[in-house]
Amino acid sequence: MKQRVQPRTLFICLSLLCLLAVWLSLALGPVSLPLFDTLRAGLRLLGLPIAADGLQQAEMILGQIRLPRTLLGLAVGAVLALSGVAMQGLFRNPLADPGLVGVAAGAAMGAAVAIVGGAWFGMPEAFAPYLLSFCAFVGGLGVTALVYRLGRRDGQTNVATMLLAGVAMTALGGAAVGLFSYLADDATLRTLTFWNLGSLNGASYERLWPLLLVAAGVAVWLPRRAKALNALLLGESEARHLGVDVERLKRELVFCTALGVGAAVAAAGLIGFIGLVVPHLVRLLAGPDHRVVLPASLLAGGVLMLFADLAARLLLAPAELPIGIVTAFIGAPFFLFLLIRGRS
Amino acid sequence: MLQVEGLHLRRGSNEVLHDIHLQLSPGQVVGVLGPNGAGKSSLLGVLCGELAPDRGQVTLQGRPLADWGGQERARRLAVLPQVSSLGFSFRVEEVVSMGRMPHGTGQRRDAEIVAAALQAADAWHLVDRSYLALSGGERQRVHLARVLAQLWPGEEGTTLLLDEPTSMLDPLHQHTTLESVRRFADRGAAVLVILHDLNLAARYCDRILLLEQGRCHAFATPEAVLTPAALKAVYGIDVLVQAHPERGHPLIITR
Repeated sequence: MKQRVQPRTLFICLSLLCLLAVWLSLALGPVSLPLFDTLRAGLRLLGLPIAADGLQQAEMILGQIRLPRTLLGLAVGAVLALSGVAMQGLFRNPLADPGLVGVAAGAAMGAAVAIVGGAWFGMPEAFAPYLLSFCAFVGGLGVTALVYRLGRRDGQTNVATMLLAGVAMTALGGAAVGLFSYLADDATLRTLTFWNLGSLNGASYERLWPLLLVAAGVAVWLPRRAKALNALLLGESEARHLGVDVERLKRELVFCTALGVGAAVAAAGLIGFIGLVVPHLVRLLAGPDHRVVLPASLLAGGVLMLFADLAARLLLAPAELPIGIVTAFIGAPFFLFLLIRGRS
Repeated sequence: MLQVEGLHLRRGSNEVLHDIHLQLSPGQVVGVLGPNGAGKSSLLGVLCGELAPDRGQVTLQGRPLADWGGQERARRLAVLPQVSSLGFSFRVEEVVSMGRMPHGTGQRRDAEIVAAALQAADAWHLVDRSYLALSGGERQRVHLARVLAQLWPGEEGTTLLLDEPTSMLDPLHQHTTLESVRRFADRGAAVLVILHDLNLAARYCDRILLLEQGRCHAFATPEAVLTPAALKAVYGIDVLVQAHPERGHPLIITR
């Protein structure tokens, strides 16, 4: 069979790529900073004693704009990739993706309720990010649970039913978001449109915190269950016979996915296909063992997100593409490629 | 040792198992035979805890099945399902290693056991192949190796349940598979195996449970169970039964 990349090599390469992506993401943009200045300013922000001469502008751009944006990109990419792994494990199908089974649509529906509802009831500004995260999470959780229930019959998960249920839920979510757009005033409409296309633009530390918290939680929790996830791929009863508490594992997976996707959608809108593409690439390189796939997807998700964001920033500079468009242009053909490859 | 007394199971309005008494003892291979829909797989489902019986209780080593913790139970009871739906490209060695999950025996010991189990299932030559690249029969042998690894070496106190382990195998591997199951039992494991081939059952089983519409038609030695009258009553086929010229076990020939 095809030779796999050693996990250690993979992790070293991904870490280096990650550093590179962070560096470029800090340096490039409407005002491009010299790479070396970026490095010095970045190190100064970390508290290292470096002379401040001529770095004031770089430091301000970095601290106020680029750093939160970069962190947001890393966290969103990592969380979406991990959610993808969790979904694919739960459904025991490598083509499951938070976007395809309606989870993202549920989260977007929750976000729409929060944005428009919050504006209606005169929600204090400071609360808004938390309400948004909460509603997106509840929406994501509800839809995940529903799609999962609909896809199950006699203890088996029927993937076709599940995907179709996902299509229906996505349509329903789209209708709900549409309804709320119709009801929204101009200001909220702008915010809503932004969610639907997805963007890291306007990243702020307030929006970042809930997501970083969730990302850290999911990133710590899921790898602990890597072996059980491997066993789950054999089948639910097989995993049970190997001593795995399958019901608990499934609840954890649904919870982590809903939490992760909910927080990511709340922070950066609908960004599709990261959860599908990243775990796939990792598996192609290093095999399907979750002890490798989970940490590697976390890194690769962040890296891919930052590069997609760089493309979004630079392709039409000084204008900016919503990143959801970029990831969809990469992800949808990739998905088709997987379908065709799977058939041959 | 796995035991069940007065087992009843309903599915919907149908009674699929009626008053089954069964004991799997160390060192014994019990074969389960019966026509399609006789309740063989339902019985296996109850014995491994996947289906809850309406009456009767399954005990493992004298303790109710439900009282065992997951891992603790998995170290004593392994189950080979009829079909498996693994859709990810694990290497064969990784699939079999999953059998060692409930144990904490360390990497080196696990690797030895995985190798031994693969050899027992005559699948050692597949060790580095991708599971997805295997044929149906090869996959079946890999899963057999996985459940053997789970209970390796098959000492007293372990119980192995197999649902049609030979359904996709060529004649040679039908025999090698059941021979290694036989050796597993000889080391002390209690084994239950669902089979369709009457001659395989006659050759490798110590006792045979013949099921007919959820009821126990007979539960005794192959010689006592596999009679023309019983097979006519349960399967509706006319057979001749002779002693195997070399081995002496019953040989069933359709007329």
